[in-house]
Amino acid sequence: MKKVVFWGTRGSLPVSLNSRDVREKIVAALSAANGKSFRTPEALNDFVNKLPFSIAGTFGGQSSCVEIVHKGPEHVICDMGSGARVMGQDKIARFGVPNPQTYHIFISHLHWDHLMGFPYFQPMYIPGNRIVIHGCHRELEDAIHQQMSNPNFPVDYSQAGARIEFDIMEPGRTVFVAGLNVTPKRQLHSGDSFGYRFESVDRTVVYSTDSEHRLDDLESHRGFVDFFAKADLVIFDAMYSLAEAVSVKADWGHSSNVVGVELCHAASARRLALFHHEPVHDDKQLGRLLTETRRLEQITRGDNPPLEIYSAYDGLIIEL
Amino acid sequence: MAYLKFELSAFSLMNLPTREQSGVLIVSVSGRVDHLASEEFSLAIEPILQNCRQGALPVLLDFSGVEYISSAGLRVLMLASRRAKAERGVFAVAALQPLVQEVFAISRFNLIMPCYVSIEAACKVLGS
Repeated sequence: MKKVVFWGTRGSLPVSLNSRDVREKIVAALSAANGKSFRTPEALNDFVNKLPFSIAGTFGGQSSCVEIVHKGPEHVICDMGSGARVMGQDKIARFGVPNPQTYHIFISHLHWDHLMGFPYFQPMYIPGNRIVIHGCHRELEDAIHQQMSNPNFPVDYSQAGARIEFDIMEPGRTVFVAGLNVTPKRQLHSGDSFGYRFESVDRTVVYSTDSEHRLDDLESHRGFVDFFAKADLVIFDAMYSLAEAVSVKADWGHSSNVVGVELCHAASARRLALFHHEPVHDDKQLGRLLTETRRLEQITRGDNPPLEIYSAYDGLIIEL
Repeated sequence: MAYLKFELSAFSLMNLPTREQSGVLIVSVSGRVDHLASEEFSLAIEPILQNCRQGALPVLLDFSGVEYISSAGLRVLMLASRRAKAERGVFAVAALQPLVQEVFAISRFNLIMPCYVSIEAACKVLGS
Protein backbone atom coordinates (compact mmCIF):
# COMPACT_ATOMS: atom_id res chain seq x y z
CA MET A 1 0.00 0.00 0.00
CA LYS A 2 1.32 3.41 -0.96
CA LYS A 3 -1.05 5.99 0.42
CA VAL A 4 -4.51 6.73 1.72
CA VAL A 5 -6.68 9.42 0.16
CA PHE A 6 -9.54 10.91 2.15
CA TRP A 7 -12.42 11.93 -0.12
CA GLY A 8 -15.02 12.37 2.62
CA THR A 9 -14.40 12.66 6.34
CA ARG A 10 -17.55 14.11 7.88
CA GLY A 11 -19.86 12.05 10.06
CA SER A 12 -23.60 11.53 9.76
CA LEU A 13 -24.43 14.32 7.34
CA PRO A 14 -22.52 16.27 4.68
CA VAL A 15 -21.95 19.91 5.57
CA SER A 16 -20.42 22.89 3.84
CA LEU A 17 -18.97 26.26 4.73
CA ASN A 18 -21.40 29.14 4.40
CA SER A 19 -20.61 32.72 3.42
CA ARG A 20 -20.13 33.77 7.03
CA ASP A 21 -17.53 31.02 7.54
CA VAL A 22 -15.64 32.07 4.39
CA ARG A 23 -15.75 35.71 5.39
CA GLU A 24 -14.37 34.84 8.82
CA LYS A 25 -11.42 33.08 7.20
CA ILE A 26 -10.72 36.03 4.91
CA VAL A 27 -10.84 38.46 7.81
CA ALA A 28 -8.53 36.24 9.87
CA ALA A 29 -6.05 35.89 6.99
CA LEU A 30 -5.99 39.63 6.29
CA SER A 31 -5.59 40.35 9.99
CA ALA A 32 -2.64 37.96 10.10
CA ALA A 33 -1.13 39.69 7.05
CA ASN A 34 -1.31 42.94 9.00
CA GLY A 35 -0.64 45.17 6.01
CA LYS A 36 2.19 43.09 4.55
CA SER A 37 2.69 43.26 0.80
CA PHE A 38 3.75 40.26 -1.23
CA ARG A 39 6.01 40.87 -4.22
CA THR A 40 5.67 37.41 -5.76
CA PRO A 41 3.04 34.66 -5.84
CA GLU A 42 5.59 32.46 -4.02
CA ALA A 43 5.83 34.94 -1.16
CA LEU A 44 2.06 35.02 -0.92
CA ASN A 45 1.90 31.23 -0.95
CA ASP A 46 4.55 31.03 1.75
CA PHE A 47 2.48 33.32 3.91
CA VAL A 48 -0.69 31.29 3.33
CA ASN A 49 1.17 28.07 4.09
CA LYS A 50 2.09 29.42 7.50
CA LEU A 51 -1.48 30.27 8.44
CA PRO A 52 -3.34 27.83 10.70
CA PHE A 53 -5.25 25.19 8.74
CA SER A 54 -8.53 26.45 10.17
CA ILE A 55 -7.90 29.79 8.40
CA ALA A 56 -6.15 28.72 5.19
CA GLY A 57 -8.09 25.51 4.66
CA THR A 58 -11.12 23.55 5.73
CA PHE A 59 -11.75 20.04 6.94
CA GLY A 60 -14.51 19.77 4.40
CA GLY A 61 -17.94 18.33 4.63
CA GLN A 62 -18.29 15.24 2.46
CA SER A 63 -19.40 12.11 4.26
CA SER A 64 -17.24 8.98 4.57
CA CYS A 65 -15.22 7.85 1.58
CA VAL A 66 -11.59 6.76 1.81
CA GLU A 67 -9.35 5.29 -0.85
CA ILE A 68 -6.41 2.99 -0.22
CA VAL A 69 -3.94 3.32 -3.05
CA HIS A 70 -1.69 0.33 -3.60
CA LYS A 71 0.51 -1.08 -6.31
CA GLY A 72 -2.15 -3.10 -8.13
CA PRO A 73 -4.37 -1.89 -10.98
CA GLU A 74 -7.60 -2.26 -8.98
CA HIS A 75 -9.06 0.46 -6.79
CA VAL A 76 -9.75 -0.13 -3.09
CA ILE A 77 -12.27 2.13 -1.42
CA CYS A 78 -13.96 2.28 1.98
CA ASP A 79 -17.55 3.47 2.04
CA MET A 80 -19.59 5.42 -0.46
CA GLY A 81 -20.50 8.58 1.41
CA SER A 82 -20.91 11.82 -0.50
CA GLY A 83 -17.12 11.97 -0.97
CA ALA A 84 -17.58 9.23 -3.58
CA ARG A 85 -18.92 11.83 -6.02
CA VAL A 86 -15.65 13.76 -5.95
CA MET A 87 -13.63 10.58 -6.13
CA GLY A 88 -15.65 9.37 -9.14
CA GLN A 89 -14.97 12.61 -10.98
CA ASP A 90 -11.28 12.26 -10.22
CA LYS A 91 -11.26 8.69 -11.57
CA ILE A 92 -13.00 9.71 -14.78
CA ALA A 93 -10.57 12.61 -15.23
CA ARG A 94 -7.60 10.36 -14.55
CA PHE A 95 -8.51 7.21 -16.45
CA GLY A 96 -11.02 8.43 -19.00
CA VAL A 97 -14.11 6.62 -20.12
CA PRO A 98 -12.88 3.97 -22.57
CA ASN A 99 -10.51 2.53 -20.02
CA PRO A 100 -12.33 -0.07 -17.88
CA GLN A 101 -11.44 -0.11 -14.21
CA THR A 102 -12.21 -2.39 -11.29
CA TYR A 103 -13.36 -0.84 -8.04
CA HIS A 104 -13.48 -2.79 -4.77
CA ILE A 105 -15.71 -0.98 -2.32
CA PHE A 106 -15.84 -2.04 1.34
CA ILE A 107 -18.98 -0.88 3.10
CA SER A 108 -18.82 -0.37 6.86
CA HIS A 109 -22.60 -0.35 7.23
CA LEU A 110 -25.78 0.65 5.48
CA HIS A 111 -26.61 4.00 7.04
CA TRP A 112 -27.27 6.66 4.44
CA ASP A 113 -24.18 8.78 5.08
CA HIS A 114 -22.06 5.78 4.03
CA LEU A 115 -24.02 4.94 0.89
CA MET A 116 -25.40 8.25 -0.42
CA GLY A 117 -22.50 8.90 -2.80
CA PHE A 118 -22.95 5.72 -4.78
CA PRO A 119 -25.62 7.05 -7.20
CA TYR A 120 -23.26 9.97 -7.90
CA PHE A 121 -20.20 7.79 -8.42
CA GLN A 122 -19.84 8.29 -12.18
CA PRO A 123 -17.84 5.11 -12.93
CA MET A 124 -20.95 3.08 -12.06
CA TYR A 125 -22.71 4.39 -15.17
CA ILE A 126 -19.90 3.47 -17.54
CA PRO A 127 -20.05 0.12 -19.33
CA GLY A 128 -16.86 -1.85 -19.00
CA ASN A 129 -16.20 -0.88 -15.42
CA ARG A 130 -16.49 -3.54 -12.74
CA ILE A 131 -17.59 -2.66 -9.23
CA VAL A 132 -17.40 -5.21 -6.43
CA ILE A 133 -19.20 -4.14 -3.28
CA HIS A 134 -17.91 -5.98 -0.24
CA GLY A 135 -19.59 -5.95 3.14
CA CYS A 136 -20.84 -8.09 5.99
CA HIS A 137 -24.50 -7.07 5.99
CA ARG A 138 -26.80 -9.62 4.37
CA GLU A 139 -29.01 -6.73 3.20
CA LEU A 140 -26.16 -5.01 1.39
CA GLU A 141 -27.47 -5.53 -2.13
CA ASP A 142 -31.04 -4.62 -1.15
CA ALA A 143 -29.85 -1.40 0.45
CA ILE A 144 -28.00 -0.33 -2.69
CA HIS A 145 -31.00 -1.23 -4.87
CA GLN A 146 -33.48 0.59 -2.65
CA GLN A 147 -31.39 3.72 -2.62
CA MET A 148 -31.62 3.86 -6.40
CA SER A 149 -35.30 3.19 -6.83
CA ASN A 150 -38.42 5.27 -6.92
CA PRO A 151 -39.12 7.46 -4.91
CA ASN A 152 -35.63 7.65 -3.40
CA PHE A 153 -33.71 8.51 -6.55
CA PRO A 154 -34.65 9.39 -10.12
CA VAL A 155 -32.22 6.97 -11.77
CA ASP A 156 -33.04 3.33 -11.22
CA TYR A 157 -30.33 0.88 -10.22
CA SER A 158 -30.97 -0.99 -13.47
CA GLN A 159 -29.46 1.98 -15.34
CA ALA A 160 -26.01 1.20 -14.00
CA GLY A 161 -23.65 0.61 -16.92
CA ALA A 162 -20.90 -1.02 -14.91
CA ARG A 163 -20.96 -4.65 -13.90
CA ILE A 164 -21.82 -4.62 -10.21
CA GLU A 165 -21.13 -7.60 -7.98
CA PHE A 166 -21.74 -8.15 -4.28
CA ASP A 167 -19.49 -10.03 -1.90
CA ILE A 168 -20.81 -10.84 1.55
CA MET A 169 -17.88 -11.28 3.92
CA GLU A 170 -17.68 -12.99 7.30
CA PRO A 171 -16.36 -11.04 10.31
CA GLY A 172 -12.96 -12.36 11.36
CA ARG A 173 -12.39 -14.21 8.11
CA THR A 174 -9.55 -12.84 5.99
CA VAL A 175 -10.00 -12.68 2.24
CA PHE A 176 -7.48 -11.76 -0.45
CA VAL A 177 -8.81 -8.88 -2.56
CA ALA A 178 -6.90 -6.75 -5.06
CA GLY A 179 -3.57 -7.91 -3.67
CA LEU A 180 -4.49 -7.18 -0.06
CA ASN A 181 -5.51 -9.36 2.85
CA VAL A 182 -8.72 -7.89 4.19
CA THR A 183 -10.22 -8.84 7.56
CA PRO A 184 -13.57 -7.45 8.69
CA LYS A 185 -14.48 -6.96 12.34
CA ARG A 186 -17.91 -6.46 13.84
CA GLN A 187 -18.27 -3.14 15.68
CA LEU A 188 -20.81 -1.72 18.10
CA HIS A 189 -23.23 0.46 16.15
CA SER A 190 -26.95 0.45 15.54
CA GLY A 191 -27.57 -2.41 13.08
CA ASP A 192 -23.86 -3.34 13.36
CA SER A 193 -20.96 -1.82 11.52
CA PHE A 194 -17.77 -3.47 10.34
CA GLY A 195 -14.21 -2.27 10.44
CA TYR A 196 -11.66 -3.52 7.91
CA ARG A 197 -8.01 -4.33 8.37
CA PHE A 198 -6.08 -4.14 5.09
CA GLU A 199 -2.67 -5.80 4.98
CA SER A 200 -0.07 -5.86 2.25
CA VAL A 201 3.38 -7.38 2.57
CA ASP A 202 4.76 -4.35 4.35
CA ARG A 203 1.88 -2.07 5.33
CA THR A 204 -1.33 -2.25 7.36
CA VAL A 205 -4.26 0.16 7.31
CA VAL A 206 -7.32 -0.15 9.55
CA TYR A 207 -10.60 1.54 8.69
CA SER A 208 -12.76 1.63 11.82
CA THR A 209 -15.62 4.07 11.74
CA ASP A 210 -19.05 4.21 13.32
CA SER A 211 -17.82 2.16 16.21
CA GLU A 212 -18.63 2.68 19.86
CA HIS A 213 -16.27 1.32 22.50
CA ARG A 214 -17.73 0.22 25.81
CA LEU A 215 -15.14 1.18 28.34
CA ASP A 216 -16.10 -1.52 30.81
CA ASP A 217 -15.67 -4.30 28.25
CA LEU A 218 -12.06 -5.44 28.58
CA GLU A 219 -12.51 -8.30 26.15
CA SER A 220 -13.74 -5.96 23.43
CA HIS A 221 -10.87 -3.57 24.24
CA ARG A 222 -8.37 -6.39 23.73
CA GLY A 223 -10.11 -7.39 20.50
CA PHE A 224 -9.63 -3.90 19.08
CA VAL A 225 -6.04 -3.75 20.27
CA ASP A 226 -5.43 -6.90 18.22
CA PHE A 227 -7.36 -5.49 15.27
CA PHE A 228 -5.24 -2.31 15.29
CA ALA A 229 -1.99 -4.13 16.10
CA LYS A 230 1.08 -2.44 14.64
CA ALA A 231 -1.03 -0.72 11.98
CA ASP A 232 0.71 1.96 9.91
CA LEU A 233 -2.53 3.91 9.99
CA VAL A 234 -5.75 3.60 11.96
CA ILE A 235 -8.71 5.60 10.65
CA PHE A 236 -10.86 6.06 13.74
CA ASP A 237 -14.31 7.36 14.55
CA ALA A 238 -13.63 10.31 16.87
CA MET A 239 -16.98 12.01 16.50
CA TYR A 240 -17.61 12.88 20.14
CA SER A 241 -15.66 13.96 23.18
CA LEU A 242 -15.17 11.13 25.64
CA ALA A 243 -17.54 12.84 28.08
CA GLU A 244 -20.29 12.89 25.45
CA ALA A 245 -19.60 9.32 24.32
CA VAL A 246 -20.08 7.90 27.82
CA SER A 247 -22.92 10.14 28.96
CA VAL A 248 -25.51 11.93 26.82
CA LYS A 249 -24.43 10.18 23.62
CA ALA A 250 -23.82 6.72 25.04
CA ASP A 251 -25.30 4.05 22.73
CA TRP A 252 -25.21 6.44 19.77
CA GLY A 253 -22.57 4.23 18.19
CA HIS A 254 -19.55 6.51 18.05
CA SER A 255 -16.29 7.04 19.81
CA SER A 256 -13.80 9.72 20.85
CA ASN A 257 -10.26 10.94 20.29
CA VAL A 258 -9.29 9.77 23.78
CA VAL A 259 -10.25 6.15 23.10
CA GLY A 260 -8.54 6.33 19.70
CA VAL A 261 -5.26 7.34 21.30
CA GLU A 262 -5.53 4.70 24.01
CA LEU A 263 -6.25 1.89 21.58
CA CYS A 264 -3.51 2.96 19.17
CA HIS A 265 -0.98 3.19 22.01
CA ALA A 266 -1.95 -0.23 23.27
CA ALA A 267 -1.75 -1.61 19.72
CA SER A 268 1.58 0.08 18.93
CA ALA A 269 0.04 1.67 15.84
CA ARG A 270 2.12 4.28 14.00
CA ARG A 271 -0.50 6.79 12.93
CA LEU A 272 -4.02 7.71 13.95
CA ALA A 273 -6.41 9.65 11.73
CA LEU A 274 -9.37 11.17 13.56
CA PHE A 275 -12.34 10.62 11.31
CA HIS A 276 -16.14 10.91 11.00
CA HIS A 277 -16.19 14.46 12.32
CA GLU A 278 -19.22 15.78 14.13
CA PRO A 279 -21.21 17.92 11.63
CA VAL A 280 -21.66 20.77 14.11
CA HIS A 281 -17.92 21.20 14.60
CA ASP A 282 -16.41 24.00 12.58
CA ASP A 283 -12.80 24.21 11.39
CA LYS A 284 -11.66 26.00 14.53
CA GLN A 285 -13.15 23.34 16.78
CA LEU A 286 -11.68 20.52 14.71
CA GLY A 287 -8.30 22.24 14.70
CA ARG A 288 -8.42 22.57 18.46
CA LEU A 289 -9.42 18.93 18.79
CA LEU A 290 -6.36 17.91 16.79
CA THR A 291 -4.05 20.02 18.95
CA GLU A 292 -5.57 18.55 22.10
CA THR A 293 -5.33 15.01 20.79
CA ARG A 294 -1.65 15.46 19.98
CA ARG A 295 -1.10 16.78 23.47
CA LEU A 296 -3.02 13.86 24.98
CA GLU A 297 -0.86 11.47 22.99
CA GLN A 298 2.24 13.15 24.31
CA ILE A 299 1.26 13.12 27.97
CA THR A 300 -0.14 9.58 28.01
CA ARG A 301 2.46 7.94 25.76
CA GLY A 302 4.52 6.47 28.56
CA ASP A 303 6.93 3.92 27.13
CA ASN A 304 4.97 3.56 23.87
CA PRO A 305 6.57 4.73 20.65
CA PRO A 306 5.25 8.12 19.45
CA LEU A 307 1.94 7.97 17.65
CA GLU A 308 1.51 10.40 14.76
CA ILE A 309 -1.92 12.05 14.90
CA TYR A 310 -3.85 13.47 11.95
CA SER A 311 -7.29 14.88 11.72
CA ALA A 312 -8.61 13.66 8.40
CA TYR A 313 -9.91 16.29 6.00
CA ASP A 314 -11.41 16.05 2.53
CA GLY A 315 -8.41 15.87 0.20
CA LEU A 316 -5.87 14.74 2.80
CA ILE A 317 -3.34 12.25 1.45
CA ILE A 318 -1.29 10.22 3.91
CA GLU A 319 1.76 8.53 2.43
CA LEU A 320 2.29 5.23 4.18
CA MET B 1 -8.36 8.30 59.59
CA ALA B 2 -9.84 5.10 58.22
CA TYR B 3 -8.17 3.06 55.52
CA LEU B 4 -9.88 0.96 52.92
CA LYS B 5 -7.39 -1.08 50.94
CA PHE B 6 -8.24 -2.66 47.64
CA GLU B 7 -6.08 -5.05 45.72
CA LEU B 8 -6.19 -3.70 42.20
CA SER B 9 -4.27 -6.26 40.26
CA ALA B 10 -1.22 -8.42 40.47
CA PHE B 11 1.00 -5.37 40.07
CA SER B 12 -0.81 -2.50 41.67
CA LEU B 13 -2.47 -1.61 44.90
CA MET B 14 -4.98 1.13 45.45
CA ASN B 15 -5.43 2.65 48.87
CA LEU B 16 -8.52 4.66 49.51
CA PRO B 17 -7.92 6.44 52.83
CA THR B 18 -10.88 8.47 53.98
CA ARG B 19 -11.11 11.41 56.35
CA GLU B 20 -13.58 14.10 57.25
CA GLN B 21 -12.75 17.74 56.80
CA SER B 22 -15.14 20.67 57.17
CA GLY B 23 -18.13 18.41 56.84
CA VAL B 24 -16.85 16.69 53.68
CA LEU B 25 -15.85 13.03 53.33
CA ILE B 26 -12.51 13.10 51.57
CA VAL B 27 -11.39 9.95 49.81
CA SER B 28 -7.76 9.80 48.70
CA VAL B 29 -7.12 8.03 45.44
CA SER B 30 -3.63 7.31 44.20
CA GLY B 31 -1.68 5.57 41.46
CA ARG B 32 -2.72 4.80 37.90
CA VAL B 33 -6.40 4.35 37.17
CA ASP B 34 -5.97 2.57 33.86
CA HIS B 35 -8.12 0.03 32.04
CA LEU B 36 -6.96 -2.83 34.24
CA ALA B 37 -7.50 -0.87 37.44
CA SER B 38 -10.80 0.74 36.56
CA GLU B 39 -12.94 -2.21 37.62
CA GLU B 40 -11.19 -2.40 40.96
CA PHE B 41 -11.51 1.36 41.29
CA SER B 42 -15.22 0.99 40.71
CA LEU B 43 -15.43 -1.67 43.43
CA ALA B 44 -13.33 0.45 45.74
CA ILE B 45 -15.64 3.45 45.64
CA GLU B 46 -18.80 1.34 45.79
CA PRO B 47 -19.17 1.37 49.62
CA ILE B 48 -18.55 5.11 49.62
CA LEU B 49 -21.20 5.68 46.97
CA GLN B 50 -23.76 3.71 48.93
CA ASN B 51 -23.74 6.50 51.46
CA CYS B 52 -23.56 9.34 49.01
CA ARG B 53 -27.09 10.65 49.17
CA GLN B 54 -29.14 13.63 50.21
CA GLY B 55 -28.34 14.61 53.77
CA ALA B 56 -25.12 12.56 53.92
CA LEU B 57 -21.64 14.05 53.84
CA PRO B 58 -20.57 15.28 50.40
CA VAL B 59 -17.97 12.92 48.89
CA LEU B 60 -14.80 14.47 47.53
CA LEU B 61 -12.17 12.39 45.77
CA ASP B 62 -8.71 13.74 46.47
CA PHE B 63 -6.91 13.08 43.19
CA SER B 64 -3.59 14.61 44.19
CA GLY B 65 -2.01 11.13 44.16
CA VAL B 66 -3.41 10.05 40.80
CA GLU B 67 -0.72 10.03 38.12
CA TYR B 68 -2.85 8.82 35.22
CA ILE B 69 -6.47 8.09 34.44
CA SER B 70 -7.70 6.28 31.34
CA SER B 71 -11.04 6.55 29.60
CA ALA B 72 -12.27 3.55 31.56
CA GLY B 73 -11.33 5.25 34.83
CA LEU B 74 -13.11 8.42 33.75
CA ARG B 75 -16.19 6.39 32.96
CA VAL B 76 -16.20 5.03 36.52
CA LEU B 77 -16.18 8.62 37.78
CA MET B 78 -19.01 9.57 35.46
CA LEU B 79 -21.16 6.64 36.62
CA ALA B 80 -20.41 7.45 40.25
CA SER B 81 -21.32 11.08 39.72
CA ARG B 82 -24.54 10.12 37.96
CA ARG B 83 -25.48 7.74 40.75
CA ALA B 84 -24.81 10.33 43.43
CA LYS B 85 -26.88 12.86 41.53
CA ALA B 86 -29.80 10.43 41.32
CA GLU B 87 -29.68 10.13 45.12
CA ARG B 88 -29.28 13.89 45.42
CA GLY B 89 -25.87 13.35 46.96
CA VAL B 90 -22.76 15.39 46.28
CA PHE B 91 -19.79 13.80 44.49
CA ALA B 92 -16.79 15.72 43.24
CA VAL B 93 -13.06 15.49 42.56
CA ALA B 94 -10.31 17.85 43.61
CA ALA B 95 -6.57 18.53 43.45
CA LEU B 96 -5.87 16.98 40.06
CA GLN B 97 -2.24 16.77 39.05
CA PRO B 98 -1.55 19.02 36.03
CA LEU B 99 -1.38 16.16 33.51
CA VAL B 100 -4.53 14.52 34.86
CA GLN B 101 -6.19 17.92 34.74
CA GLU B 102 -5.29 18.10 31.05
CA VAL B 103 -6.85 14.67 30.47
CA PHE B 104 -10.03 15.93 32.14
CA ALA B 105 -10.07 18.99 29.91
CA ILE B 106 -9.33 17.13 26.66
CA SER B 107 -11.97 14.51 27.39
CA ARG B 108 -14.37 17.31 28.46
CA PHE B 109 -14.91 15.55 31.78
CA ASN B 110 -14.33 18.90 33.46
CA LEU B 111 -17.69 19.89 31.97
CA ILE B 112 -19.68 17.00 33.36
CA MET B 113 -17.98 16.43 36.73
CA PRO B 114 -17.58 18.98 39.50
CA CYS B 115 -13.80 19.53 39.73
CA TYR B 116 -12.04 21.74 42.27
CA VAL B 117 -8.52 23.07 42.24
CA SER B 118 -7.81 22.03 45.82
CA ILE B 119 -9.34 20.24 48.78
CA GLU B 120 -9.63 23.55 50.57
CA ALA B 121 -11.43 25.18 47.67
CA ALA B 122 -13.83 22.25 47.46
CA CYS B 123 -14.50 22.24 51.21
CA LYS B 124 -15.34 25.93 51.10
CA VAL B 125 -18.07 25.19 48.55
CA LEU B 126 -19.24 21.78 49.66
CA GLY B 127 -18.56 21.82 53.40
CA SER B 128 -20.82 22.78 56.23
